[in-house]
Amino acid sequence: MAHTHRPESEIALRVKAIESLLVEKGIVDPATLDTIIEAYEHQIGPHNGARIVAKAWVDADYKQRLLADGTSAIAELGLTGFSSEHMVVVENTPQVHNLIVCTLCSCYPWAILGLPPTWYKSFAYRSRAVIEPRKVLQEFGLAIPDEVEIRVWDSNADLRYLVLPERPQDTEDLSEAALAGLVTRNAMIGTAKVQPPAPPSTLAA
Amino acid sequence: MNGPHDMGGMQGMGPIPIEPDEPVFHSEWEAKVFAMSFATFCNFFPVDETRHASERMPPGDYLNSAYYERWLYALELLLTEHNLVTPAEIEHRIAELAQGE
Repeated sequence: MAHTHRPESEIALRVKAIESLLVEKGIVDPATLDTIIEAYEHQIGPHNGARIVAKAWVDADYKQRLLADGTSAIAELGLTGFSSEHMVVVENTPQVHNLIVCTLCSCYPWAILGLPPTWYKSFAYRSRAVIEPRKVLQEFGLAIPDEVEIRVWDSNADLRYLVLPERPQDTEDLSEAALAGLVTRNAMIGTAKVQPPAPPSTLAA
Repeated sequence: MNGPHDMGGMQGMGPIPIEPDEPVFHSEWEAKVFAMSFATFCNFFPVDETRHASERMPPGDYLNSAYYERWLYALELLLTEHNLVTPAEIEHRIAELAQGE
């Protein structure tokens, strides 16, 4: 899926050469490289954002603080981090659907959602999200009715966004942790809605 | 800077490439480019300079490259501009490694 214009083996060799030079010159430490990769592969990811969303769903005061000053409210949970220093949180409602893009680059709240998926970084998403958001959302299987307003937020180097999705119906009995388990990465970018939990098997029978 | 990176509203870029269950990195070289960039923009040049460097990629190459290829371009450009590594050293090391393989 990388669609590189040079053979992958050629790029891999180039990267290996640069790495060996940087290590040899003491510019980077191999253990640090491993730590960075491990952190972004396994520790930093959408589960951080899901915690923020679930807390806002169960705590009306927190939600108010989150929408008024996302940066501070996220800091309350200790989730401030690299590439998420200044955050604005936008709320989905029955009348408004929010969508996040970065047309210039691929700015994304790394500390909250991890590294962005390929589609977020693609030229197609960066170019089209601002000119035909409804068509783009249809490609994700999300049909937004005409009467619902779509607001597209273009991120930049200094300011990044997070969507507060709508809480699904019939989730009153769920704990905050169980609610967090329902929240997906795409729902926090605005390319999906949060789905209600699957019905218990006793009801399905 | 007015370049091909300013692509909001452009048309003709095709369907959104949605990949189910996508890994964080698709190969070891992607992970290494990310980690080396991260380590250097924490210690040598700020992330904004890295972004600007990727925007200095020639437009034809920019539009014909994958995300981490643009990161690699920026990393190499800044390493050489800051005299941390010379282009000749990189080419020499590539040749050495290729011979060893």
